Amino acid sequence: MDAIDEQILKATQDGIPLTGSPFRDIANRLGLSEEEVVERIRLMKEKGMIRRFGASIGHRDIGILANAMCIWNVPEERVEDVGRIMASFPEVTHCYERPRRPEWEYNLFTMVHSYTREDCEQVASRISESTGVKDYRLLFSEREFKKTGVRL
Amino acid sequence: MIYLDDTDKNILNIIQHDFPLDIHPFQKLGKELGISEEEIIGRLKRLHDEGAIRKIGPVINRKRIGGSSTLVAVNVPGDRIDEVAAYIDEYPEVSHNYLRPDKYNVWFTLSASREERINEILMELNQKTGLKFINLPTVRLFKIGVKFNIK
Repeated sequence: MDAIDEQILKATQDGIPLTGSPFRDIANRLGLSEEEVVERIRLMKEKGMIRRFGASIGHRDIGILANAMCIWNVPEERVEDVGRIMASFPEVTHCYERPRRPEWEYNLFTMVHSYTREDCEQVASRISESTGVKDYRLLFSEREFKKTGVRL
Repeated sequence: MIYLDDTDKNILNIIQHDFPLDIHPFQKLGKELGISEEEIIGRLKRLHDEGAIRKIGPVINRKRIGGSSTLVAVNVPGDRIDEVAAYIDEYPEVSHNYLRPDKYNVWFTLSASREERINEILMELNQKTGLKFINLPTVRLFKIGVKFNIK
């Protein structure tokens, strides 16, 4: 990432303005053309520095009220297969392997968002059936203290 | 709860992953949907003001631009939740922070340009709160692709 890319990320990370030419101010400030700004964003996306460029949704405000972190205790030798199966569920938005700790035996984490808790529970139970992983729990979020996304 | 008509839902589903990268993105979006740029912007302003859209911008891949991120769990006594959550939220490196009652009840994600910075923050939080923070960095990433299918 060069200094200009970094400036572009900093200038857009809290949201572009909702105007006809949302990249004009940034371009002027950085001494670039609007086309150059857009092209750099496109390249950062292509290179994977940006996962996507688009809207972050206030999911609670539109009624997607339930959000469950499902934690799974998966035998080491099955993590690769199970992780792939879990990731293939469209309801699963995130799937990570994380280390076990002496006081914490759950090693796979999936996020499930849906309209109701019951929906999330059903998704988790379908995942459990198709992976054979029986030791799992759902942690529902009861309060959101912060959600800014990754910032520079 | 925010009222969404079919056009709003359409717009929200498109602009999560297929936002047009163009110097006039809203004009282009309008063309795709057969409505004017003014109407698109008007609708987006309402959706933003009412909270359906938090922002339109980049979702940064911390690992790819250099740095690391982790999930942290901590068990906070019920009467200290607001105090401890405020200490955590203070750090710009904290990107998400939720109350999820379980063995550990406060869960947050941290990302920084250096791994030492993550350890430093966890040490500071431990000193400020006296609580034990469980660091659960990513071992393997199988999926990250938040997309809300708005019905």
